[in-house]
Amino acid sequence: MSFVEVENVSKSFGDNVVLRNVTLEVAEHEVVCLIGASGSGKSTLLRCINLLEPIDEGRIVVDGDLITNGKVDANAIRREIGIVFQAFNLFPHMTVLQNVTLAPRRVRNLRRGEAEASARELLRRIGLEDKAAEYPDRLSGGQQQRVAIVRALAMQPKLMLLDEITSALDPQLVSEVLNLVRELADFGMTMIIATHEMSFAREVASKVCFLDGGVILEEGDAKDIFSAPSEPRTREFLARIIEAGRL
Amino acid sequence: MHALHRVLQAFVSPQSFRLALPDVWAGFQVNIKMMFLAEALVLVLALGVAIIRGLPGRSAAPLRGAAIVYTDLFRGTPLILVAFLVGFGLPGLQLRVISTQTTFVYGVAALTLVYTAYVTEVYRAGIESVHPSQSSAARSLGLSYFQALRYVVVPQAVRRVIPPLLNDFIGLQKDTALITVIGVAEAAQQAQNFSNTYYNFTSYVVAAVFFIFLTIPLARFTDHLIAVRERKERAAAI
Repeated sequence: MSFVEVENVSKSFGDNVVLRNVTLEVAEHEVVCLIGASGSGKSTLLRCINLLEPIDEGRIVVDGDLITNGKVDANAIRREIGIVFQAFNLFPHMTVLQNVTLAPRRVRNLRRGEAEASARELLRRIGLEDKAAEYPDRLSGGQQQRVAIVRALAMQPKLMLLDEITSALDPQLVSEVLNLVRELADFGMTMIIATHEMSFAREVASKVCFLDGGVILEEGDAKDIFSAPSEPRTREFLARIIEAGRL
Repeated sequence: MHALHRVLQAFVSPQSFRLALPDVWAGFQVNIKMMFLAEALVLVLALGVAIIRGLPGRSAAPLRGAAIVYTDLFRGTPLILVAFLVGFGLPGLQLRVISTQTTFVYGVAALTLVYTAYVTEVYRAGIESVHPSQSSAARSLGLSYFQALRYVVVPQAVRRVIPPLLNDFIGLQKDTALITVIGVAEAAQQAQNFSNTYYNFTSYVVAAVFFIFLTIPLARFTDHLIAVRERKERAAAI
């Protein structure tokens, strides 16, 4: 059985249809990469799975629970699903440690000492333990994004959604973030990743979905999609990516 | 020369200054009390009204509407009219509790009603200036709407609105003098009593000096906060 089932999901913002009849299945411990041009619906799909955007049609099931019938406690769903954003979205008025411990303390009701101990352990693993007392604006983009990942991991999510998490980073900072994601994949974390990093997608993804105009136009094994795409639009997209030197 | 002498005598006579000082000072302490009480109430109530104005969803529409009507009414009505309505109107109702308060309490109530409406707008601007992605990030971690406000949005909003908030409080400090119209024995009233008795206006200057000495430090502090903020923002932009 799939861990995440997205079935015939449609979503519009006003007249602008961003998702049309999207169906996607993700098995437990699987890493699915969503590729496609900006505006193709990748981010919106992730935001819908996290209930940050209500869907217009279709259904989404996560870990056996139907989450889109409007009756579920959205807060309870979100605490099991971590999402990391392109712009990090760390809380600027809190230190790194406070950023990481906020949700465990206020949502999981952990005692401060307990939450801080596990936060420090996570920060130690990504080599940022010495930044615990710093405010986010004192960190590099790569460090901020790694803290944002750790902030989501501190809630021990069953599923991680990564929304173009390296797109706002300077090129030399991308690898430190991708290395962390690679570790998560090796660890067996179920992930859906919207990304423009094609070689990374080819390496970690068990499945790649190409989105175009709010539709999953093509999906399959990473090596099939990248070496022998069947859809002309996919070929066109990949050709442009190669031209730009990104693959 | 003669005219100048008369002007000085009427407005800044040292003798009258000394004579008026004790009464006006006693009155000014009432202004300070009204000011601190009203400011404390405004800080809390205005945040409440601002949050109500921002509540999402159709079911909160009546509450949002009530908050909008309140801010529109009390920002639009001159304080002196609110003071009359509260200070003379409420006692006239002959109800328990609300008709049996002192003029001091009515004065604080009038100031609070009017300034809460102003400061609500200040808070609201602050809350709206916090980027929605902050609230998204908080909600995505499982925090409820109110937890996201409490821990993420409001702390950032309040920091940003401290300078305009202090500006409103400078206005409130001075407007405590208007409460004289409902018979509170504050500085302006004491100054008027003196002036009526001695046919000399120095007492008003005494009261003005008190207000100025109270306002200048607050104004300088506000300027300082704005300057610090600008320095930080310029540093962040580099």
